[in-house]
Amino acid sequence: MARAVTTRRKSLNTILAWAVGLLIFFPILWTILTSFKTEAQAIASPPIFLNFNWTLENYAIVQERSDYMRFLWNSVIIAGGSTILGVIIAVPAAWAMAFVPSKRTKDILLWMLSTKMLPAVGVLYPIYLLFIRLGLLDTRGGLVVVLMLINLPIIVWMLYTYFREIPGEILEAARMDGATLKEEILYVLTPMAVPGIASTVLLNFILAWNEAFWTLNLTAVDAAPLTAFIASYSSPEGLFFAKLSAASTMAIAPILILGWFSQKQLVRGLTFGAVK
Amino acid sequence: MATQHSRSVARLMMAPAVVLLLGWMLVPLTMTLYFSFKKYLPLRGGDLGWVGFDNYVRFVSSSSFWPAVQATLVIVGGVLIITVILGILLAMLLDQPMWGQGVVRILVIAPFFVMPTVSALVWKNMFMDPVNGLLAHLWRFFGAEPISWLSEASMTSIIMIVSWQWLPFATLILLTAIQSLDSEQLEAAEMDGAPVLKRFYHIILPHLSRAITIVILIQTIFLLSIFAEIFVTTGGAFGTRTLTYLIFQRVLESQNVGLGSAGGVYAIILANIVAIFLMRIVGKNLDA
Repeated sequence: MARAVTTRRKSLNTILAWAVGLLIFFPILWTILTSFKTEAQAIASPPIFLNFNWTLENYAIVQERSDYMRFLWNSVIIAGGSTILGVIIAVPAAWAMAFVPSKRTKDILLWMLSTKMLPAVGVLYPIYLLFIRLGLLDTRGGLVVVLMLINLPIIVWMLYTYFREIPGEILEAARMDGATLKEEILYVLTPMAVPGIASTVLLNFILAWNEAFWTLNLTAVDAAPLTAFIASYSSPEGLFFAKLSAASTMAIAPILILGWFSQKQLVRGLTFGAVK
Repeated sequence: MATQHSRSVARLMMAPAVVLLLGWMLVPLTMTLYFSFKKYLPLRGGDLGWVGFDNYVRFVSSSSFWPAVQATLVIVGGVLIITVILGILLAMLLDQPMWGQGVVRILVIAPFFVMPTVSALVWKNMFMDPVNGLLAHLWRFFGAEPISWLSEASMTSIIMIVSWQWLPFATLILLTAIQSLDSEQLEAAEMDGAPVLKRFYHIILPHLSRAITIVILIQTIFLLSIFAEIFVTTGGAFGTRTLTYLIFQRVLESQNVGLGSAGGVYAIILANIVAIFLMRIVGKNLDA
């Protein structure tokens, strides 16, 4: 009897959860579906859900009209560059804090976190001015540096929480066996740290990809990434739902796929290890 | 055991990150403070000298200041209420045994990975457009007059869009917290015949309180500075001009840098008040 009740409850849970899940996911699903419609079908009344003539023409038009590949390339360079640069700078720092902690380690970590809380708009003009003076406005290099700096605290924190989980005894044992510092890092720590570093890279790539304050304010044409490419659709011109959908789908697809791999790291990374 | 040698190596390893962040914090902050005490109009005469606290007074006494504060509070408050309440319910639902849990989780989390400009534009056009939007179709289906969402119900619209983006974050963190709850305690309470609501108030909610606090603090910091969602939907019109947006307009659109910088200093102070509470919790966690 108990078993039967459980199954019934499980079925109810399943139906309810799937209904809610699909409702939340619906805007994304609808965007993807609309991207394969013609413009006329995209605004048909009543709306058409599945039985339309699937077409790829919107993707071709978007690419042709706005050179999607250039924006994509900018996004890849900016998000990838800032993440890699950030990790290179953060790994030694996080390593030092996790394995050679001092009295000040906690203060330094909290101070780093506090720089993340600085509202971007509060320093918008200084950064804008510095960018003009240094010739960095609308360059990928400038954005790589800025996005690296705004994500550096998160990178250090994530790496720190991962490194701290590496048991110290292993290091002691390696030292007992006469390993030098270099060997210790290369053969003992690195293999154990790789999963944590990979998760950190993944989450920060996503955050940099979606960043939409600095990328909108510091780019114009040459360095504009996908966030700016999509924003250029904010003033409509005639029928454009299907094209907007195609552009949107192309902008979010890579990150949706990466994002699904990073669910667990998301919690750790965005709560600075406070929830695990 | 940390030797003197390893300590100095450690300091050296931390140096690049510390120096960079220090520069990133101090240089722009000093400049913002500097500009905030000046009459500085780059397109109309440039640096027109020191004006003391004039910009600070003018920023708060301008007619757009209090509406901006109100808009900010309504958006942050509205989104927090919606995401926390729905997040708790959703986390409890997702914690139940069911088929295809992994897939449902993915569906629920997905909006978090959509870039802000995309979610704002998709909602604005394909859902909230008063003629061709899906919501307009839905309203007509039930015989109602479609709403011009972003002009007639502008705040509601922005809150809806931003809540959709942040609900996954709240849900995911609360779900992680619920999963660490000792299920034996719940089962014992269930055995003792404690009704669902009582179990929720006395066991689940206290257990979640820390996670809820963290969700509220982190979201507040991010929500105080939402920008793209307003930039591509209303452009600050129809009462949706938040403090962040007001400062952006002062600085880049009307190029009144002194005034905008004073606003920026206010924004920094506001964010720091929230940040202090968050840092306390995170700091405590470090000791544990």
